[in-house]
Amino acid sequence: MSQATLRVQKISGHAGSVPGEDTQREYTVCKLIDTTTCIGCKACEVACMEWNDLPFGETVFDNTYQTMPETRWNYWNLILFNEHVREEDGSLMWLMRKNQCMHCAEPGCLAACPADGAIIQYTNGIVDFQQANCIGCGYCITGCPFDIPKMNPKTHRVFKCTLCTDRVSEGLEPACIKSCPTGCLHFGTKDDMLDLAGKRAKQLREHSHFPNAGVYDPPGVGGTGVIYVLHDATKPEIYGGLPKDPHVPWTVKLWKGPLKWLGNVAMVGGLIGLFVHYLRYGPKAREEEDINPGGKP
Amino acid sequence: MNPTRRDFFKITTVGGAAAAVFGFDLKPAFAQLRTLKIARASETRSTCPYCSVSCGVIIYTIGDRAKNVTPQVVHVEGDPDHPINRGTLCPKGASLEQDILNERRLLKPQVRRPGGTDWEDISWDDALNEIAAKVKKTRDDTFIERDAAGHTVNRCESIAWTGGCTDTNEFNYLVVKSMRALGVVHLENQARV
Repeated sequence: MSQATLRVQKISGHAGSVPGEDTQREYTVCKLIDTTTCIGCKACEVACMEWNDLPFGETVFDNTYQTMPETRWNYWNLILFNEHVREEDGSLMWLMRKNQCMHCAEPGCLAACPADGAIIQYTNGIVDFQQANCIGCGYCITGCPFDIPKMNPKTHRVFKCTLCTDRVSEGLEPACIKSCPTGCLHFGTKDDMLDLAGKRAKQLREHSHFPNAGVYDPPGVGGTGVIYVLHDATKPEIYGGLPKDPHVPWTVKLWKGPLKWLGNVAMVGGLIGLFVHYLRYGPKAREEEDINPGGKP
Repeated sequence: MNPTRRDFFKITTVGGAAAAVFGFDLKPAFAQLRTLKIARASETRSTCPYCSVSCGVIIYTIGDRAKNVTPQVVHVEGDPDHPINRGTLCPKGASLEQDILNERRLLKPQVRRPGGTDWEDISWDDALNEIAAKVKKTRDDTFIERDAAGHTVNRCESIAWTGGCTDTNEFNYLVVKSMRALGVVHLENQARV
């Protein structure tokens, strides 16, 4: 029977320590997306919608396969189709990339979130939104370098891929991974996925004429829980704007780091100053004019 | 220290209030998740009805097949033990739940008469009787006993049979036996199960 809990290691907007932090030895889960074998069939999209009981929405047609321009608050997993002309020989590459939450080890959304417990990171690495605690400020949208969290305009709650916490906590793989018919999606521990991705990238470099093939696991966000094998790891932008060196925005860092502490110091300092002032000068004495308005005795 | 009963109450009340105010909360250690929606659902193995690849699927229905439960499909996903797809599915197969739970799904036989523009409902009995009568008439009219060279062939070339991809070996065995008995030579199905 389902226990349906995961131990937490990071909490947004939380004062004090996080009880789960560093207390448990647990593997980090990871999705590996091999963009070189993706055929853009969208089975992962449908599996995601089916498993999470999400409604099917309107699609658009603008003469491309991109029938939905970006992920939505109720559409968490989207294949991005990109046409890229290679500089070497002018040939066309049709690149497909499964776009979803990257489950960063140092998530920008979590850093930016001011609501206690609205965004949490489990010890297995999954970053999850707890809509019950969300206050709808939308700072996570600013904090995310991959533009993933999306707000439900009606309820003002933010949603994104959960990496199927309900399945993973029971020992199952995420729904998208299971469905993939070409086997371009893999799921396992981060170590195993890095190993597998490295081998595949090596194969592409040595046997498939992709000298720049490599693994996308950006260190700017501490590595991600979703890693890619790319034909050309030096140009991740061609895969529908995958940032080359994603970072948590400096505004979020400044605001949540030095500014936050400055604010705390100012607040506590103000209180102390108030107290010291009271000790030194005592309560404010009423002046003559206040007692006798107009100065008349 | 030897507290009295009154002291004990004081200490626990103040202590409890302090814990509540200053925080003694194990909740953040674990987070509640959505429970696995198929945790105790019944699993039924089946075959995807779309293409000839015939992927194995597991259909999850609510309830544990107890007498008083009316099962309803809640989820469909690939069968990891199936040798063909090993758990994977294409986007059409992955949407099978929508195929089963669909208000536009046909649940009874319908017929469109020659020259007609609309489908009309027909009972199973009437449908089978009509099919049987048409098969009989077609076969009687077009049965070929001998070919041009005089060889006995006993065939019925004007009837063909097509089967779906979920047809099993056993079903197809019966199809071949019954159709060959009528002399039907054009037999095909997309089952590769």
